[in-house]
Amino acid sequence: MSVRLRELIRSVRQCKTAAEERNVIAKESAALRNAFQDQDITYRHRNVAKLMYIHMLGYPTHFGQMETLKLIAASGFAEKRMGYLGLMILLDERQEVLMLVTNSLKNDLNARNQYIVGLALCALGNICSAEMARDLTPELERLLQSSNSYIRKKAALCCIRVIQKVPESVEAFQDAAAKLLADRHHGVLLTGVTLMLEVCAVEPAAVEAYRRHVPSLCKVLRSLLMSGFAPEHDVSGITDPFLQIQVLRLLRVLGAGNASASDAMSDILAQVATNTEGTRNAGNAILYECVQTIMGIESSGGLRVLAINILGRFLANKDNNMRYVALNILARVVSVDLQAVQRHRSTVVDCVKDADVSIRRRALDLVYALVNEGNITALTKELLDYLKVADAEFKPDLTAKIAALVQRYAPDKRWHFDSLLQVMTQAGGNVKEEVWRAFIVLLTNAPELHAYAARSLFRALRDNLAHAELSLLATATWYIGEYGELLVRGGPLLDKEEPLSVSAAEVVGLLESLLNRPGLQPQCRNYTLTALMKLSTRFPDQANRIKALLAQHKGSAQLESQARAVEYGQIFQYGELRTQLLEHMPPLDAAAYARSAAAAGTLNSAPAALAPTNGNVVKDLLSLDDDDDATPGTAPASAGNAFMDDLLGGLDAPAAPPGPPAAAAAPLDLLSLLDDPAPVASTSGAASQQPLDLFGLGSAPAPAAAPASDPLANLSASFGAPAATSVPAFAPINVFNKDGVRIGFAFSKPPGQPATTDITATYTNFGAAPVTGFSLQAAVPKFMQLKLDPASGSTLAPMGAGNATQQLHVTNSMHGQKPLVMRLRIAYTLGTEAKLEQVEVKNFPAGL
Amino acid sequence: MTIQFILLVNKQGQTRLAKYTDQSLSVEERRALEGEIVRKCLARSEKQCSFTQHRNFKVVYRRYASLFFLVGVDDEENELAILEFIHCLVETLDRYFSNVCELDLMFNLEMAHFIVDEMLINGCIVDTNKQNILTPIQLLEKAM
Repeated sequence: MSVRLRELIRSVRQCKTAAEERNVIAKESAALRNAFQDQDITYRHRNVAKLMYIHMLGYPTHFGQMETLKLIAASGFAEKRMGYLGLMILLDERQEVLMLVTNSLKNDLNARNQYIVGLALCALGNICSAEMARDLTPELERLLQSSNSYIRKKAALCCIRVIQKVPESVEAFQDAAAKLLADRHHGVLLTGVTLMLEVCAVEPAAVEAYRRHVPSLCKVLRSLLMSGFAPEHDVSGITDPFLQIQVLRLLRVLGAGNASASDAMSDILAQVATNTEGTRNAGNAILYECVQTIMGIESSGGLRVLAINILGRFLANKDNNMRYVALNILARVVSVDLQAVQRHRSTVVDCVKDADVSIRRRALDLVYALVNEGNITALTKELLDYLKVADAEFKPDLTAKIAALVQRYAPDKRWHFDSLLQVMTQAGGNVKEEVWRAFIVLLTNAPELHAYAARSLFRALRDNLAHAELSLLATATWYIGEYGELLVRGGPLLDKEEPLSVSAAEVVGLLESLLNRPGLQPQCRNYTLTALMKLSTRFPDQANRIKALLAQHKGSAQLESQARAVEYGQIFQYGELRTQLLEHMPPLDAAAYARSAAAAGTLNSAPAALAPTNGNVVKDLLSLDDDDDATPGTAPASAGNAFMDDLLGGLDAPAAPPGPPAAAAAPLDLLSLLDDPAPVASTSGAASQQPLDLFGLGSAPAPAAAPASDPLANLSASFGAPAATSVPAFAPINVFNKDGVRIGFAFSKPPGQPATTDITATYTNFGAAPVTGFSLQAAVPKFMQLKLDPASGSTLAPMGAGNATQQLHVTNSMHGQKPLVMRLRIAYTLGTEAKLEQVEVKNFPAGL
Repeated sequence: MTIQFILLVNKQGQTRLAKYTDQSLSVEERRALEGEIVRKCLARSEKQCSFTQHRNFKVVYRRYASLFFLVGVDDEENELAILEFIHCLVETLDRYFSNVCELDLMFNLEMAHFIVDEMLINGCIVDTNKQNILTPIQLLEKAM
């Protein structure tokens, strides 16, 4: 025998800890299980009530689901009612058990007692599944026309659920719904209008059909407006605000985009707007809906003015609820009537600083929609001022919005720079990576700002050294590394700028103190190391100090920092090379950056596939990623990765081909936007490490790579030594260059077969005329075997706009004794002139 | 524009009544949601507006003594009308229990549910006339 529900509730209340409560519930659940097993009929009703209570407390109750079905099947009203309640609370439409209830529902929908029908309708309306909806549609159609208003109103809402579950059933209810408009019962009217709204939402064609009911809807609204005091529907002096609101909502749907329907309802809308009293909440709720309807339909200018005035009253209201809804409407109206919203701009901006976070958020959304080229400076200033005092919870949103606005509407680059720098100084941790990356691209493309930006970033870093966050650190270290000499030399001062005089030692000192900052993220440390490395050539007198600083990190526990410190230390051995390696980065093409950032997603798969063949050291040395995993294709790096596409494309010749996507993808992770210490010259250095496709791209257009590869081979050897995994690599060579046609060879060795060499030949046409019928034949001495794969194409577009590749597989049986040699016969048609060329290739890299 | 849930939660965060239209949440998620929302609402002062955004719901709330009435709606809903609806619900409960308090609701959970079900089906308002709402419920009381 179980306890009564009251006692259960009491004992739960007496529990002092959650564990005690669990205990009580576990005991009670066990008792309930027993009772269910014993088929206890007398207390079934009470037991289900207990289950509901337990469910509300958040404990499992699935074991009692069948009991609710048994209760529903019982004959007594009290049992049925509890059963249906249990059904709605304990079950949801996903449960299989629900199918079992369809029959009981059907019986109850056909019951004589209106309250039993009401119960069934209520349950059906709340949990009906698609199958049930199909089975019970005929019953619903009948009940919708019942003579009993209690049934009609519930049936109407039940239809909504059916339409949601089975959209095609909308036809069955479309006309029946409109008939409910003739009803006198407010409940039926309300549910009828709700049903019509749902029909319109599911079936757009119904809107047209319903337009002829606009006059009767207006009539309903008018009678509500004009009726005197109606006690049964009165809410603080207003007759049935809920019905009025629902009718206004339907009018909005019907009037949208239709002039004649809008015209027909404009009178009554004007009456509602003028006659509704705005001192109480109920009246304001109607005005709120009415303003939205006026703004949503094709209303006349006069009506709009009326609505805007109401809006002004709302905004000026002291009640925060009113201001909230006013901002809400403004946000919806902004696309329709920008002028009206602009008028309230100052009020809206004030709301961004409101004490109430709900209002702040609304206002911020609105400000975001309000900004245009004309007011960006003023509004951004307001937002930046507010950023200083905004609470932490609000900052991410605010920063993202400001950054987006600045990027979109900045009137000039200096302003753009100043604003973003402020954002980064104040809420640097919230600035997204793509924002500051794009920012750097912008800066490199504005030579007139280089000195100014370097000074400003130096100041910002110096003044916020202790708490600057990632975005500021990354931008500032990159910039100081890249343009450090401008700080000392001092570029031209911009208008109203304070002069800054620092020495090289101070610049290095700043980076040093940054390195010593406790809790500095590893990523930032790596950026700083790279910046220092670059400064070693900018400030030759500081080189030894920098060398010593880098040396401190040779024992860093962070693998990435350690690798950089060691590698940079090695570079110090090569004086002349180091200068070349650390030259300024070429300006980055902003438009192409944006494009490649967008395309990065698609390029991502390629570098991931090629990653294992890359020399690890090279990747670490130059890559953007600081994570220790070897896959370069991680998301944050992708933008920078894709970027290299352009860097390499732009480096060789103005007309250089951007290269096929796969080839371009390979070097992507070699160089990087941010912490790349190796500008142009190093591409070949990187290439010499890179066994695969990079050669195809790097060598063909850049003959300089071959001679440069010798000292670099040493360099790479010294790099390669610690990395056991790196495959021996060979510099690419240029074998033919005539009439603008170039042939480059890149080499790789299949693992475990030292005698075999895979050669990737890349054919590019830099001339003005197209090359057609291109074919290459190769001959080798007897001690070698050669296999040619088909070329990827025989046509080479002019100006390097496209290239073709071909794979050659050579096996040298005298590997180690005789070097590779090869004779090539090249046939092609230049314009209309057929050409045949022969060339002997003897400059294969040693060791092939 | 439907009501996603109605919650009656006291100041301590204990749920006294919960009615969900949105069935995507599991029992555990609902418990967590209830706790989060109440904490959020408790942190707001009387002067602040009665609306707050929580996850993807807009929550319209009103406090009566120690009890919070929380209604979750979507973005399209008329917030002021929901406030009015909450008040209507409270008045109806008040009329039925004559001067309703938290304990009434606690010990008569099923009655409170029956009343809510007369006012709301599937997140849409059925009726707001107190007489219409209470007649079927009181009729049964008399019969029993």
